[in-house]
Amino acid sequence: MLKIKDLHASVDDKSILKGINLEVKPGEVHAIMGPNGSGKSTLAAVIAGKEEYEVDKGEILFEEENIDELGAEERAHKGIFLSFQYPVEIPGVSVTNFMRTAINETRKAKGLDDMPANEMLKMIRDKSELLDIDRKFLSRSLNEGFSGGEKKRNEIFQMAMLEPKLAILDETDSGLDIDALRIVANGVNKLKSKDNAVIVITHYQRLLDHIIPDFVHVLHNGRIVKSGTKELAHELEAKGYDWIKEEVGA
Amino acid sequence: MDLKEKLVSSFMVFEDNVDVHSPVHDIRTEAIKNFEAQGFPTKKQEAWKYTSLNSILKHDYSVFPKNENALEFKDIKKYFIHDIDAYKIVFIDGKYSSYLSQTTHEGIDVCLMSSALSKPKYRPIIENYFNKIAPKDGLSSLNTAFSAEGAYIHIPKNKLVDKPIQIIHFSTGNEAALMLQPRNLVVVDENSHVQIIERHQSLTDNPVLTNSVTEIFADRRAIVDYYKIQNDRQTASLIDNTFVNQKDESIAKVHTFSFGGKLTRNNLNFYQNGERIDSTMKGITIIGDKQHVDHNTLVHHIEPNCESHQDYKGIFNDNSTGVFNGKVVVEKEAQKTNAFQANNNILINDKATINTKPQLEIFADDVKCSHGCTIGQLDESAMFYLRSRGIPEKEARALLMFAFSNNVLDSVTIPEIKQRITKIIANKLGVKIGFEL
Repeated sequence: MLKIKDLHASVDDKSILKGINLEVKPGEVHAIMGPNGSGKSTLAAVIAGKEEYEVDKGEILFEEENIDELGAEERAHKGIFLSFQYPVEIPGVSVTNFMRTAINETRKAKGLDDMPANEMLKMIRDKSELLDIDRKFLSRSLNEGFSGGEKKRNEIFQMAMLEPKLAILDETDSGLDIDALRIVANGVNKLKSKDNAVIVITHYQRLLDHIIPDFVHVLHNGRIVKSGTKELAHELEAKGYDWIKEEVGA
Repeated sequence: MDLKEKLVSSFMVFEDNVDVHSPVHDIRTEAIKNFEAQGFPTKKQEAWKYTSLNSILKHDYSVFPKNENALEFKDIKKYFIHDIDAYKIVFIDGKYSSYLSQTTHEGIDVCLMSSALSKPKYRPIIENYFNKIAPKDGLSSLNTAFSAEGAYIHIPKNKLVDKPIQIIHFSTGNEAALMLQPRNLVVVDENSHVQIIERHQSLTDNPVLTNSVTEIFADRRAIVDYYKIQNDRQTASLIDNTFVNQKDESIAKVHTFSFGGKLTRNNLNFYQNGERIDSTMKGITIIGDKQHVDHNTLVHHIEPNCESHQDYKGIFNDNSTGVFNGKVVVEKEAQKTNAFQANNNILINDKATINTKPQLEIFADDVKCSHGCTIGQLDESAMFYLRSRGIPEKEARALLMFAFSNNVLDSVTIPEIKQRITKIIANKLGVKIGFEL
């Protein structure tokens, strides 16, 4: 589904990703871990198409197509979703209306008509039940005055509505207490299928107790320096990142 | 003959059609002298530094339209907030249209300035309020000199007016160029509440210049909710002079939505003659091409324990120009004043201009006054967020602009106005937005 080959990326001429190789297949969950500043969020943003990041070398293939030239919205239309670490507040636009706009724009890009209102309402009802979201929440302005947990839960709600093929969760666990973490993780697990894939980006192992990864990669200084299974995450939790830094001679 | 001379010499013709023996005519006579002495403002005056009237004063305007023109409601329905029941005071080329209007004298007076000026039963109100707060500058004086027609609204005490009042001025373009001087008077007595919507609309591309004066009096505990919808053609210009006098515990709000017209100047003054008064002025300006919108506001805090809130948002595209000059005066006696002012702007490209100038003159020592102005572009990380949800760049920009101007719409109390403004904004931004705010 996603193939990243020797990806180098920079922002403002500062090189951040220095040769990433990664392959994600349908049905898989990959965790990308690493210390602060290792390039985790940059990798997420580059895959989703943030314009400030320059791809200097290498390529990103999504379903065998090079997506380097595509805008963020076109990547979204193809089924890439990024759950933001810091979701943006949009006053005056309700969660429901925002989702309606996002879904209908995606349908328009695929040559489909707007989703009929009753179908949309049913979908909103089903997905909010699935994620245990209060209906009142849906009429509030998008992210405005939301708590950290509400923002993250709203991100997962958007993911549920947009039904992406590839979901990238960027530090979705940061700022969450254990209950909120469990709700968010349960949501992601319910949305998982053999046809879609998830990349979980996190600093800590605790989210991975709830979303069990098939593969764990350690990012350091813009490169994946170690890959393994979920046991690697436990090892990192127990020993910290320093031993990896020593191992790779950084 | 330039426009000033033409206007001054037209005054004698004007006198043929009005009652020259009424007390009001003494006011008019003095006003034409004021206008003759001062003329039109120029950029040399501080308050007009960024707005030149030269380009709109060059036309050979008709001062009195020759013909009475009629319009069919179905052709102009879209300019009304037509999905609500409302009183209507409608003018075509400056002349009252009884056919399109719906006035009343049942408990309240929603009618014409021409009858208020001529009928004895209105004389006490006219004597007490007419031209009492309009300043003596050139433009207001010009309007006063030719004041004969407009809306007259008097709400006696303890009345909650059952539906909004819409004042609409149409110009048909049957004159090659037309200048209008509408004069409105709104008197709201103790404890009463009124909602008013005002619009000026040209129907062809012949130049129109409207120099309007509205005096509003809010007595003790009165509530006045006033909406100005400015979305005129590129050949129409408007100088709107609105003056609000408030007494104890009254609340007055003026929302100005400026989306169209060649040149629009809003002179909006609030005078707080009492305690615990609340004054609100808010605006959304979205313009492009070579359009020019100038908001010149004044709040005069005269007595203690009052508040004022100003919040103007502007989005400027192409070669458009915005001006915001907000003056707040807090007199020595006006202790415990709370005065807030904000002017936030987005420049879409580097040819658009905004001149913004807060002006605070504070003579009291126990007050809370704040002001802030910003000029910026749209937040790139917010753009990325929206686009990553599949919303294309253009629609994402529009959505962020809605969000940017949204808090101005928060205080709009008529939902249909909110919907209409949302639609106008969507059209203005060239997007079909599949949601309602």
